[in-house]
Amino acid sequence: MLKNYFKIAIAVLRRRKFFTFISLFGISITLTILIVLTAFWENVTSAGYPDMKRDRSLYINFVVQENPKEHGIIKGLASFYYLDHYVGSMKTPEKVAISSMFTATNTYVKNKKLVINIKYTNHAWWDVLEYQFLEGKPYTAVQIKNGEHVAVISEDVKKQYFGESGAVTGKYIKTDNVEYRVTGVVRNVSVTAPLIYADMYLPYTLSKADYRDQSINGMYSAILLAHNKSDLEKIKDEYQQVVSKIPPPNKKYTKIYSHADSYIKSYTRMFSKDENSSGIGIVITGALVIVFLLMLLPTINLMNINISRIIERSSEIGIRKAFGASSGTLAVQFIVENVILTLLGGIIGIALSLIILNIINSSSLIPNLTLAINFSVLLYGIMACLIFGLLSGVYPAWRMSRMEVVNALKGR
Amino acid sequence: MIRLENIEKLYRTDTIETIALDRISLNIEKGEFLSVMGPSGCGKSTLLNIMGLLDAPTKGEVKIDQQTLTHLSDKQLARFRNQKIGFIFQSFHLINDLRVLDNAELPLLYRNITSKERIRLATEALEKVGLSNRIKHFPSQLSGGQKQRVAIARAIAGNPEIILADEPTGNLDSAMGNEIMDILLQLNRAEKATIVMVTHDETMAKKTHRLVRLFDGSQVQ
Ligand SMILES: Nc1ncnc2c1ncn2[C@@H]1O[C@H](COP(=O)(O)OP(=O)(O)O)[C@@H](O)[C@H]1O
Ligand SMILES: [Mg+2]
Repeated sequence: MLKNYFKIAIAVLRRRKFFTFISLFGISITLTILIVLTAFWENVTSAGYPDMKRDRSLYINFVVQENPKEHGIIKGLASFYYLDHYVGSMKTPEKVAISSMFTATNTYVKNKKLVINIKYTNHAWWDVLEYQFLEGKPYTAVQIKNGEHVAVISEDVKKQYFGESGAVTGKYIKTDNVEYRVTGVVRNVSVTAPLIYADMYLPYTLSKADYRDQSINGMYSAILLAHNKSDLEKIKDEYQQVVSKIPPPNKKYTKIYSHADSYIKSYTRMFSKDENSSGIGIVITGALVIVFLLMLLPTINLMNINISRIIERSSEIGIRKAFGASSGTLAVQFIVENVILTLLGGIIGIALSLIILNIINSSSLIPNLTLAINFSVLLYGIMACLIFGLLSGVYPAWRMSRMEVVNALKGR
Repeated sequence: MIRLENIEKLYRTDTIETIALDRISLNIEKGEFLSVMGPSGCGKSTLLNIMGLLDAPTKGEVKIDQQTLTHLSDKQLARFRNQKIGFIFQSFHLINDLRVLDNAELPLLYRNITSKERIRLATEALEKVGLSNRIKHFPSQLSGGQKQRVAIARAIAGNPEIILADEPTGNLDSAMGNEIMDILLQLNRAEKATIVMVTHDETMAKKTHRLVRLFDGSQVQ
């Protein structure tokens, strides 16, 4: 039976080339978009170089000061003082890595401008994150304390600044007119992890902004590494205790709140409107709405085509019924046909995605980003296709199977 | 074999009510070849559709093999048609996307038999209508007469006891029409098929056992 459905499905597709093209086009493009987006999502959210211990890390990206009287809030990254003084003195975390958001600096190599994104870190940064050193080593706690002009640079910067020469540890690099001595070279990090990425890492003591400034907000974020997974909740609790004891920064902004979150939530916090929401609900809802809208258009399109095909195929429907197909059998046939079509679209979509991911990976649009189709993404894709085939097939199939034989044979 | 008792069929639209069939009673014996004649719109197709369980009468009963069939479900009717009845239509109603063999196989798809058996039965039916050399063709590659022969093969592939033919030669020239008529006569004679055929052609009607004439939904002969 299935073989027969397949036969007629392929026959219909072959004969109706335009219809097939339009449907396949809609399905495969939609699927391609979904696969590329999920690959992107996977890449951004799953643990990866150098942030390998994500399952026992918590992240503090946002600190909020609230003015309850005038309903005003200040929301942003934290100051170095806040993270070093309050978070750094917490008991439960094993280590607290602190770093600034990257900022761009300019330098010139053979009269060509080179932008180097720099980041200031504390010493724990090099312990919490598993950077791969191609040469040299991180700057030491003593070097940080003494404010030595030292830097860890990325592989890319080494290539662009020094050319393809051998080891560069101990050499000097100058950017924004300040000179630093290179202590080590690390493998590149993708900008899709924006709070970890940089081209050049410097001791926080070199920051132009005073790291002793006691205001709450600033340009730093922290990663709290737990001894083991079971400590995560304890760390969250302790952090809440710590936050509740911080003295109000001024008369108006009397309330401070902040959370130590898992990686994704530390970003979705951005969208939350109040203290207790992590914003993850908003983000998931948003993503679902986008996926739904993306799929809606081709579904409606295919459904429309299917309905108009019913009239065209009414003779077939009538004759099958006359010769013993029940309404149910016919509905199943039609749905199977539709699913075959959408799965074909799926295969094309997957092929297309592979090509596009390849292009993204090899292009310099987002440097150092490597997206891959993994098993789960493929599974999502095929599931999306099945849902798609069912959605666009069920209603037309139901309409079709209800046709009276006599009317179907007359083409009504 | 087929027994119609006081069949009435009304079509209601918003403005008019058509009496397509008015108290028709008919008894068709097993092995009989019956032809139905009458002017266009007199209810011939309606009568055949009701006999073939494709349409339900407004009043009256249809019995086939002493079984009353008026109140069966859609699924039960489909099964019954599949086992007992083969249809032939004026406009062939072949599925253009399928090859000749697959078209002839159609009724067998809705039976519980292997694909090998299906192919055997369909090939046999195509041999009977003289088309065994065209099984790989598509309907669009055939002449009208050949198409109708495929339709006959489809109707007889499942060895039904009853064949209902609605103007099977209506779209064909007289030479091709005669070929089709010969096949039907042969089926009736050799396979003892019970056949009911609607026709406009007196000479063809004369070749059958009995003639029923309709006029405005009533039986006049
Ligand atoms: N679905 C329908 N709705 C309304 N009237 C119909 C329908 N089908 C047939 N009729 C009417 O019933 C009558 C008989 O039709 P039909 O059996 O097709 O005639 P014949 O086959 O003898 O030409 C005609 O007057 C026709 O207009
Ligand atoms: Mg008619």
